[in-house]
Amino acid sequence: MKKPLTTETQRHRGYLYLVFLCVLCVSVVKPVFAREAAPLAQDDAVEKRMVAISEELRCLVCQNESLSGSQADLAKDLRREIREQIARGRSDQEILDFMVGRYGDFVRYRPPLKGTTFLLWFGPFVLLVAGVIALVVILRRRGRRVTAAAALSAEEQNKAEALLKLGAEDGGK
Amino acid sequence: MNRFLLPLGIFIVLVGFLAIGLNLNPREVPSPLINKPAPAFELPQLHKPEATFSPKDMQGKVWLLNVWASWCVSCRQEHPLLVELAKSGLVPIYGLNYKDPRDDAMRWLKQFGDPYVLSIVDAEGRIGIDYGVYGVPETYVIDKAGVIRLKQIGPVTQDALEKTILPLVAELSK
Repeated sequence: MKKPLTTETQRHRGYLYLVFLCVLCVSVVKPVFAREAAPLAQDDAVEKRMVAISEELRCLVCQNESLSGSQADLAKDLRREIREQIARGRSDQEILDFMVGRYGDFVRYRPPLKGTTFLLWFGPFVLLVAGVIALVVILRRRGRRVTAAAALSAEEQNKAEALLKLGAEDGGK
Repeated sequence: MNRFLLPLGIFIVLVGFLAIGLNLNPREVPSPLINKPAPAFELPQLHKPEATFSPKDMQGKVWLLNVWASWCVSCRQEHPLLVELAKSGLVPIYGLNYKDPRDDAMRWLKQFGDPYVLSIVDAEGRIGIDYGVYGVPETYVIDKAGVIRLKQIGPVTQDALEKTILPLVAELSK
């Protein structure tokens, strides 16, 4: 036997229809509001070069993101700047110099090799070499101490040999 | 004794490095423009769009260029200090209104007070790029020869004003 619908379940069902209707409305209306993604650039080659350059550069607003991946306003402006400079026929190196001239070496993910960046480039190797040298020195010193401790006097040597001989005779039986 | 001296020495050096590293502000990137001529520009003024302003107009004077915007939250923090500084008349402050709709900028100045001799409009942020602006507010101290002598990144604080900016201005004004 079917249970008669109470007013409460009817109301629930009403809500459900309402929600369904809303979802339907939104899904129908949404494409109208959504804007087409703006075309990145007319020229594919320019865009490729722009991405290649901006991947070498740090976004200063969000420091662990590259300029090419960042959505910060400044990053967008700088990408525009790079595009315009490419269009003006500037070389990649000139564009990198333009950025470094304004924001310093820090904008480059691969900072140039010079006095102030020497430690940055070679510091890890210096530490590695120092570590290896320390290791060798310690191992040698310990090796010497072990041999010194293991050295036997002449008397001890004789005794040990006698014991070994005895052991060999016993084993031979 | 000697056995403990070396590790202790290494430990102290390490602690020293970490202490320095932790006290540095990674947001403050040293500007390569320090001691270089302030990049030239000619931009319309905020209150008089038909008139322009250029750093050349300031030859022979020590002045501050303060980059601000109505959408910039930290600008509100430093603003009372700038208003006070403008009242003291110690150094003229010029504003670079950075990527800001004109109406918003005017309303903001009306609301919080206008410490600037005048503000110029950098609607697209191009001059900002020339000056290496990456975090508004930023303030530049420019000397009589038009050379940038100091860049304050982030809001001007009482401390920075008293210990760095004003002594420098006094020295440059001699």
